[in-house]
Amino acid sequence: MIPSAFKFYKPNSIEKAVSIMKDFGDEARVIAGGHSLIPVMKQRLTDIKHLIDLSAIKELKGINISGKSISIGAMTTQVELITNENLFKSAPVIREASLQIADPQVRNLGTIGGNVANGDPANDMPGLMQLLDATYKLSGTNGVREVKAREFYEAAYFTAREDDEILISISFDAPIGGYAYEKQKRKIGDYATAAAGVILNVDKGVCSSASIALTNLSDTPVYCYEAVGLLTGKKIDDNLLSQVTKSCVEQSDPVADQRGPVEFKKYVAGVVINKALKRAFERS
Amino acid sequence: MEKINVSMKVNGKDENLNVEPRTLLVHALREHLEYTGAHIGCSSSHCGACTVDLNGKSVKSCTIFAPQAEGAEILTVEGIGTPDKLHVIQEMFKEHHGLQCGYCTPGMIMRSYRFLQENPNPTEEEVRFGISGNLCRCTGYQNIVKSIMAAAKKINEEAKVEEKEIA
Repeated sequence: MIPSAFKFYKPNSIEKAVSIMKDFGDEARVIAGGHSLIPVMKQRLTDIKHLIDLSAIKELKGINISGKSISIGAMTTQVELITNENLFKSAPVIREASLQIADPQVRNLGTIGGNVANGDPANDMPGLMQLLDATYKLSGTNGVREVKAREFYEAAYFTAREDDEILISISFDAPIGGYAYEKQKRKIGDYATAAAGVILNVDKGVCSSASIALTNLSDTPVYCYEAVGLLTGKKIDDNLLSQVTKSCVEQSDPVADQRGPVEFKKYVAGVVINKALKRAFERS
Repeated sequence: MEKINVSMKVNGKDENLNVEPRTLLVHALREHLEYTGAHIGCSSSHCGACTVDLNGKSVKSCTIFAPQAEGAEILTVEGIGTPDKLHVIQEMFKEHHGLQCGYCTPGMIMRSYRFLQENPNPTEEEVRFGISGNLCRCTGYQNIVKSIMAAAKKINEEAKVEEKEIA
């Protein structure tokens, strides 16, 4: 499988990359790890005439932790997220989720920026970033702006990013409390049939704050506001966690595909959400 | 479409290529440089038959364009052993029947080569997770895992002998 021909650029600054994007509009695309983009190019499902490799832009790389604040450059790979011990100490849910993405070779090249900016509802990082209430920094012709992960996703492959903008970094505060990212997949390398991320902060058995987000259960990640409302301020027991699970499943809107019919996906969603809630509670 | 120059070091040798940007690394290696060790299995980044080492990391060479590898150091299965002097991992695959049809083997060997440097003392479960990006269509996983465990043991024994000799 050979993609159609394109011109290759490797700019060494964000400004240069943005200016190429401005010149060629929707005929230009940036490439990060390429593990979502290259397969689509090989199938000729997209027509890219100008490919912009972001790997030479130093400021897009690296993980910065300063106190509670964490900032991750868009070109940081999954493996870098997994092996960074300071990130693990501050936000262990990222390692737990990243280890469930694809396989070792893909994680060596796949980046957090590509994973969140592509807008694929099957990707794990968008839901994870909604879980952490992350903020995306975008750079374009009109300068730099920030968008909350919970407001970034509009529909499958449609996001708040403009054509001439590049996602440059992702920032969030270190989460407090127990965590879990639970994913059901048919095999290693597959996308989730259903996945759920949970963060639970518990004080003397009572939930003081919570966050729940779902992956691949709608055409965007699903942030479960109602379920979070149900949890907050309540004493946690199995009955409450079942109610919360039910509320999350009601928020989901999966479509039937090779991973199963809607009823099955909703069933699996219930299982992974409940497991994630319980594990986060145990760790809280 | 105009071609561009790409230079990389493959198995220790400097190489210069003039290729279309859409040339995949696996095609550059196989067709332009005649390193046919990396195989094309699925060409969709699932099977791992095309696995090579790129700057010390395992990657699937079917899912990277040649110009993305500009300046990189690449290691293919041809670079770790020869028919006369096999690498320990190759020896162990031979001894423990770690291959049946052999198609996935170069990818398995290259992934094992890097994995055992990342984790020199793996458990069987860690080996399975470490090679989870490589598929064997003959389903010969039991012996592949045995071969890698045996290679780990042998590499560690050799390292101990060397340490003693130095001491």
